[in-house]
Amino acid sequence: MKILLKGNEVMCEAAIQAGCRFFAGYPITPQNEVPEYMSHRMPAVGGAFVQAESEIAAINMLFGASAAGARCMTSSSSPGISLKQEGISYITAAELPCVIANMQRGGPGLGNIRASQADYWQAVKGGGHGDYRLIVLGPSTLPELYTLTMNAFDYADHYRNPVLILGDGILGQMAEPVELTPYAPVVDLPEKDFVLDGCAGRKPRVIKTLYLRPALELVHRNELLQAKYDKISSELSLFEEIETADAELIVAAYGITARIAKGAVRTARRNGLKVGMIRPITLWPFPEEPFMRAARTAEKFLVVEMSNGQFIEDVKLATACRRPVEFLGKGGGWYPTPEAIFEKISTMCEKSLAD
Amino acid sequence: MSDAETVMSGQETKIVIAGFGGQGVVVAGNIIARACVIEGRNVTGMISYGAEMRGGTANATVVISEGEIASPVVETPDMAIIMNQPSLDKFEPVIAGGGLLILNTSLVDRRPHRDDLRAVQIAASQIAHELGNVRVANIVALGAFIRKTKLLRPASVEQAIADLFASKKAALVELNIRALNEGMARLVEAS
Repeated sequence: MKILLKGNEVMCEAAIQAGCRFFAGYPITPQNEVPEYMSHRMPAVGGAFVQAESEIAAINMLFGASAAGARCMTSSSSPGISLKQEGISYITAAELPCVIANMQRGGPGLGNIRASQADYWQAVKGGGHGDYRLIVLGPSTLPELYTLTMNAFDYADHYRNPVLILGDGILGQMAEPVELTPYAPVVDLPEKDFVLDGCAGRKPRVIKTLYLRPALELVHRNELLQAKYDKISSELSLFEEIETADAELIVAAYGITARIAKGAVRTARRNGLKVGMIRPITLWPFPEEPFMRAARTAEKFLVVEMSNGQFIEDVKLATACRRPVEFLGKGGGWYPTPEAIFEKISTMCEKSLAD
Repeated sequence: MSDAETVMSGQETKIVIAGFGGQGVVVAGNIIARACVIEGRNVTGMISYGAEMRGGTANATVVISEGEIASPVVETPDMAIIMNQPSLDKFEPVIAGGGLLILNTSLVDRRPHRDDLRAVQIAASQIAHELGNVRVANIVALGAFIRKTKLLRPASVEQAIADLFASKKAALVELNIRALNEGMARLVEAS
């Protein structure tokens, strides 16, 4: 049976279903329904909810909760996610699983409370210090937000790495019918042999992020981490392709923008325009293969995003700049409409005919 | 073309419910969306939140479709339930051509300026007052809306009301269903 829920609530319920039993967070619009929902739902399932004194405290509580073996989560929106970056770098260095959600809002600075996708670079290129990677997922609808949130806990445990859910204010605030299907793991879940749960009868374990001696020990640590990131890159690539086979123009978009762009692509097809779409679902690792393939057959690309142009860089990299990539986007809380995207598509297709 | 046909001819039906904070526009949007779920249709709901709510209008947007819904955010609604004067001032200019206005004439003191819109009048606040609780004005207007558009079955809307107020007193469900029926019965087609 489908029920009507807000995106923030859908994400919380998915986390609960997936066995998340520790949540720490601090309020910020447009993700306030997350701590609100967790504050009553967590105690009901025997978990722990902490309204932390700050975002920094919340992410460091995850460091501890994960080291103690809990499936754990925090969420915030853009300025709050910036505050968490130090902790994210530490957790990544310690190779601890956890799930972080960013319901992005307009920036930079305190910005506004409209939806945005301007934290893409921060999410996929590393917002904190050091060479590290987060697995980044970009859900586009509430049913997908439900599934990907459950999957996020599996990927985190499987790879012992934080997973970031990169949502936005629309996804968090909108309501849509969702079927709350039971949780089932999507990857193999290794035994947590790192957990600090008392060493009586076994050798003590150490979780640390400081490597001073010998001098090159940190180089070795980095090599191990990079080998793990290479493994994730080779194994994890999720994307949706719509009518790309004969497309002359490929629209590239992710998250809520992809949902809106899909409407424009459908309209374009009804108008006889050969337009397709590639929607990355994993934003890191970036699904390069469909883009490389499309760059061989399509004439040009259009990137739509709710920022001044961040995701477009990965599209240009994935297509090795073989084809022109045009851009439709603005930062600061601008939303695209299906009509505006269709208009841009039409203009690009007319130009092709003229050339 | 009948109103029901007008509704079905578009791929998506975009509805905005607007009023001042406390008039229950969010609840009305929620009931429409829940009724859609009951009928197994695709629906999205979006509430305008934040700074806007402190000023003249609060609004909720509902998109209904038999196919996939592209955007839950709507710039040009097809129909609007207008609960007060500032909401008419705000939304009249952006309603799609040929669109429909449900006007709460108790709190809207002018006719629409545009002649390409259809309008239905319902003295929602006055009728709610007669029913003993002005807070059900939203449901009275909702009654006029479903009667005019035939977009939803009255039974699904009644079920949605019952579900939404399930944790409250039974009398509240009864009052809201009475409000719905009054709204359906007492709408006035604008001349």
